[in-house]
This record gives sequence, C-alpha cells and structure tokens, in this order.
Amino acid sequence: MAVDEGLKSELQKAGVFLTTVEGVYNWGRRSSIWPLQFGLACCAIEMIATACSRFDLARFGAEVFRPSPRQADLMIVAGTVTKKMAPQVVRLYNQMPEPKYVIAMGACAISGGPFKQGYNVLKGIDRFIPVDVHIPGCPPRPEALLNALMFLQRQIDQQHLTGSGKVRWYDDTEPSEFPIPQYGAKDLVPPFNRSVWHPEKIQRGAA
Amino acid sequence: MNTAIITQNVPKVVWEELSQSFVVPTSDLIEVVHLLKDHAEFEMDYVSNVAGVDWLARKEKVKNADGTETEVEKPGYLEVVYHFYSMKRKHGPVALRCRTNRENPIVPSITPVFRGAEFQEREIYDLYGIQFSGHPDLRRILMWDEFKDFPMRKDYKEPDDYEWEPTPHDEVLEKAQTHYAKPNP
Amino acid sequence: MSPLFSESVEPAAAEQPLYGPRSYQVMSGNDLGSQLLEISMGPQHPSTHGVFRMDVVLDGEEVVKLKPVFGYLHRNHEQIAEKASYLGSMPYTDRLDYFCSMTNNWAYAHAVEKLAGIEVPERAQYIRILMAELTRLVNHTCLIGFMVNDLGALGTPLIYAFREREKILDIFEAIAGSRMMCNYMRFGGVRVDLTPAMLKSITEVVDRYPYFLDEFETLLTANEILMTRCQGVGVLSKELAINSGITGPMLRASGVDYDIRKVDKYGIYDRFDFRVPLGDHGDVYDRYMVRVLEMRESVKILKQALKQFPQGGDFINPNVKLRNFRPKAGEAYGRIESPKGELGFYLVSTGGTMPYRYHVRAPSFINLTILEDMCIGQKVADVIVILGAVDIVLGEVDR
Repeated sequence: MAVDEGLKSELQKAGVFLTTVEGVYNWGRRSSIWPLQFGLACCAIEMIATACSRFDLARFGAEVFRPSPRQADLMIVAGTVTKKMAPQVVRLYNQMPEPKYVIAMGACAISGGPFKQGYNVLKGIDRFIPVDVHIPGCPPRPEALLNALMFLQRQIDQQHLTGSGKVRWYDDTEPSEFPIPQYGAKDLVPPFNRSVWHPEKIQRGAA
Repeated sequence: MNTAIITQNVPKVVWEELSQSFVVPTSDLIEVVHLLKDHAEFEMDYVSNVAGVDWLARKEKVKNADGTETEVEKPGYLEVVYHFYSMKRKHGPVALRCRTNRENPIVPSITPVFRGAEFQEREIYDLYGIQFSGHPDLRRILMWDEFKDFPMRKDYKEPDDYEWEPTPHDEVLEKAQTHYAKPNP
Repeated sequence: MSPLFSESVEPAAAEQPLYGPRSYQVMSGNDLGSQLLEISMGPQHPSTHGVFRMDVVLDGEEVVKLKPVFGYLHRNHEQIAEKASYLGSMPYTDRLDYFCSMTNNWAYAHAVEKLAGIEVPERAQYIRILMAELTRLVNHTCLIGFMVNDLGALGTPLIYAFREREKILDIFEAIAGSRMMCNYMRFGGVRVDLTPAMLKSITEVVDRYPYFLDEFETLLTANEILMTRCQGVGVLSKELAINSGITGPMLRASGVDYDIRKVDKYGIYDRFDFRVPLGDHGDVYDRYMVRVLEMRESVKILKQALKQFPQGGDFINPNVKLRNFRPKAGEAYGRIESPKGELGFYLVSTGGTMPYRYHVRAPSFINLTILEDMCIGQKVADVIVILGAVDIVLGEVDR
C-alpha cells in the first residue's frame, strides 16, 4: 500500500516521515548486509581487494566480514567449490540464521568454471544451496562484485513480508536448511539436490 | 659430477638416455638413495621432486638387427621419478626412476632418509595407488578418505555429472546425451 | 525430515588415520589428570589463508600433535593439463598460486623451453625479470599484511599492503590485460611487448616503493607486539629444513644460503648484483625480516633491469610454433625461485601435442611437511602465527 507522494512531501516539510513497515524493514536489511568471511580460491583475493581501500565495500553497508556464520547475512561463495568442501559449505549455509543470501562469485562457483572437467570439482554451488546473484568472470573485477551487491540490495528492496510471494522465513513451506551431502566411494551422495537445482531440459533436434 | 659412480657401486642400475635418468629396481632404491646422500661426490641433501607416472600397456615398433620393424607388446607399469639436488655443493639434478607393476604396486619409501618426500609420496599413493613400504603415515591426502579410486591413472573413469551442458561437443556431448530426453521423431 | 548435521561416514578400516579422533586418553604422570582435546581448525577459519584444515591435539593450551588436512581445493590441474595442449594449460598455471601468476607462468614456460630446447631473446628475458620481481614485491607485501592481520592488527597493515598491490596490478592490467590471471608468458618469450609508457609507469612505482617500505617498517619492525609474539616462535633448524625439502624465504630464514636465482642462474639473473638475506634463528621474526629485506633486494634488481633495458629486440622467439606445438620425446624438470620457494614443473613428452605427464612441484605443499615439528610445544595462538609465516596458498598446495 503505497503512500501518495504529494502528501508525503507535505508531511516531510512539517517534520513527519511516513513509510511502510516493509519499507523500513527492507531498508534496514539492505543497508547493512554483513558478509561471511568465506573465501575459497582466487576470487577470494578479489573479494579482499574489494573490501580494501580502493574499492571500498564498507560504504555499501558490508562493514565487517564476520568469521562466524551465526553472525553473517550474506555468504559470498568465492572460488571453486570442490566435492570435498561441498558438505562444509552446506553446513555453513545451514548455520546462518535467516534472512540469508548467497552470491556465487566467479565462474567456478556458478558452474565449475575452467575446472569443470575435474573429478573433485562440484559443478556449481547451486546444486545444493539456492543462489541469489551470480557474478560471471574469472576472477570478476571488484567493480563487478560491487555491482552484484547493489543488485542484491535492489532485490531485497522488493521482497514482501506478506502475501503470496512472501519471504522464505515467514513461509512455513520453504526450507531454510538443506541436507548435507555425504562422501561416497566415487562421488558425493547425492550428487545434487533435486529440490534446489532445476537444470533446463534442452530439447535438441536430431543429431 | 661423475654419475658413473652410481652404476659402478650398484650394478643393477641402468642409465636411460631418452629420459636422462637412472632406472633403479625397487630392491636397490634405498641403497642408491643412501649413496647419493653420503658419497663425497654427490652429497645430495634434498629430494626436490617425487612424481608418479602411469604408462599403459602399449605396442611399440622395435627395430630388429636386420633393419625390419616388429611390433612388440610392452606391458604397462607405474613408475616413480625422483629428482635430487644438493644445497651444500649447489649442484644437481640426479634423476632416478623406479618401476613397478600396475596390479600390486609397491615401492620402498625414501621418507626415512629424506623427510621432504613424505607428502609427495602420500599424494602418489592417493592419486596412483602405489603403496610405499616404510612410510610413517600412508593415507589419502588430497581426496576424501572414503574415496575408492585412483584418479590420475590413465584408465580412470570420472563420475557422470554432465546432466546439463549448454554447449557440449566431442566427448562431453556423448556424456551429456545420455541425460537428454529423447526428442520426438 | 533430513538431518541437519549428519555424522560423517566412518573411514574404511584400511585407511584409519593414525590417531583416533574419538579416543581421548587421560594423561599419565599428570597430577590433574587432564584430558587431551582435539580441535579442528578450519576449513572455514578467518586465518587459515584459504580452505586449509588442521587437526590439532591440545594439552591445555599447548600443541601435542598437529596434522594438516588439505585437498579442499583439489581441482585436478594436472589431469586437465594432460588433456590440453602445452599452450592450453598456460592459463591454468595462473590459478596455481593465485597471488603470483607471472612467476607461475614463467616456471611453466621455463620447463617447456628446457624440454624443447627453445632460446629466449634478450628483451624477453628483461621483461620476464621485471614481471617476476614485481610479483615478488606484491607477494611479500601482501603476505606480511596477512600475517600481521592474524596477529591481531585488524586490517591496517593489510590495507596498506593492498594499496601498493593495486598500483602494481594496474601495471599488470595495462601490460597483460588482466589484474590477477595474467597468462602473459609464452614459450620463447612473452605475449606482447612493453611500450615506453608502461616502462615509465613501472619506473614510477619502483621509485616510490622504498618510501612505502620505510613506512611499513616503521609501523612493524620495531613493534613490541610483533617482536614478543614472533621472536623464538616456530624455530626451524637448518638440518631439518634441508632434509625436508623446504625452499624459499623459510629456508633462508633458517640460515641456509640457497637461492635458485643464484644457483641455477636461469634467465639473466647473473647480470644483476643483489644479495641474498639470511636469518640467524629460524623463527617467525626472521622469516618476516628475510621477506622485508628480499623486497629491498627486488627493488634493487628492478632498478638495474630498468637501466639495462634494451632498446629494440624480439619479445618472443620467432621460430617457435605456437599452434600444434610438439616437442620431441623426452622429459624435463624446470624450476625457478618463486616468491614462495622452488616452483618446479616436471614434464614428460611422447612427441604429441599434449604432455604425457605434467606434474607441479609446489613449494607451499612441501613447506607444510614440517608444520607439525614447528608447532609442537607452542601455544595454540602461536600456531596461527607460524602458519602465517609459512606462506601457503591453497591453490598451490592442492593444485
């Protein structure tokens, strides 16, 4: 339920500010996203460079990188996720409290990247946990990570607390924690989570 | 550096010209390694590189004495290659090779002599399956403990997780095609 | 309902680890009868420099046993290289030690040039030396930043270090096209030539670097906290270091004079006059000082190289075929002094376009052999400092 803009500006001049609960809630959340300190490989160095003084990440609200998942809002999966590491990534995601978001940074986190032929490489972290923003690049420039964070902030602005498209933590049917894969004899068991990963079925013609 | 001393002291060692290294049988490996470490000519004090190589069984053309070529079946083998250097005398390298069969590969470990081989031999055990007898702590190092294969061997089949490929071609296309829905004829 | 925290599967009987993670022993001979505590530091930890895990067994605060566990970043680089052409695996070498991509490229190019017997022209040699020494500056600066960050400096030296790194990365971006993954060296030379404008910007950075080093050292070298926490911690004796194959600044901090730039004289390093700093005690403080002094020597090499830079010449050997590159059958082991230690590539060729065997001798991997020896008897907090000084990069350890 939006407020009339003219009325809003009139009231502002008188010192009264009007907004919605949803607006304030989302504004608070998107302006102080605290990432989890979780760098895996080369993209982690670009993430650290983004947090340093040239491409300052703190001015977007990501003031501190929390080492503990219990205190973090955002998990930036930066780098190749291997099958040996995948159970730990899912475990960390489960430990993060809602609301939580995932950015898959770099080609390796999106789909395995240049190491896709690997027997130990998980071909994309979105096989096990839901991802909100993907950043292509190998490694993506720090400006790309800033762009992704701003994109995520715009996404958060549009989240609703009530109604049919409401957020995951108020919706009893959506899971917040996902099962952890086990180490099998040749591969992870299961190799992907069917409820999370929906690859397109491409209909190809004869050949 | 007079490397002929090695073949003089340990007669079963053979110099291979193509790879510029000494082929050492598994029974004499420790003796040669001690020779390299203690002899005044070499004084090799550290092993720089320990690598495994997998040679599959292959057919090779061998030249006979009368000029014709016959095809010879060479059996497959696994081998371990060592490169030794000396920090004291600042010379090197001396390369050794040790060959073993593929079914039950066992090579004596040089970790008791050179500590630097410890992790490298564990890696060769993990990826090739060569057992190193005498290694203080032989277990998997790069793959998880429950893994049951030896991935760097040439006949390793990797697990099938090519369910969705945007632009596959060649062998990846074959792997991905097993997952596609059959198109309507 | 799926379990939230599933128990890990029991390892097979044949591959039980040496120590039992569930067998706590009561200490004998101890009046208090305390128990040993086993903790797992990592793989997600603020100061393990990547996905590295250490299983530490503690008696109170002191370390009794320490086993490093890695493989969390094993991306089977060697198998990919055996299925790609020689030039095709050059971009993958960037991602080995992702801090120093130029030296990784050079090590691989050096090994292939040794295998195929390729000569490198003089201008290309000078360009390679410039890139390698700039990489050494980046690596040592950032490593000191990370190590001091682990000590509790909460980011200030790290931000100073990354500020300098950004200036050098701008040079790399202008020359090679990418900040980190440069993919710049080719067999017989480099990919593109340096223009006079790039030389000028390198000269500016090199001229200002000693002032930055002075500022850095003023903050850190005589700092009481650094001295108390680093001196006498993690002592490594000369004999153990040599026998374990440790190379690089860790070895030189223990007093062994072995720098591959002086021993093998690869490239044209014998034309430059530089010293090799050695440490006396082999502790963490010596490793820090060796790195700072090596940075000053690198600046010296850079200044000499810029002065001797040839006017004209080829930047790549024109006789080398880049497509369908087939070296003759044989093998080669080429090694260089990367900022972390001895980085070697072992290549076996059977005459085809792809290497038959491709192996990377990674310095960080070998340098971890004696982590346990250095940490036994120290406190848990010192383990972090010692690990920081070993200078590991997981891309290299796990390949």
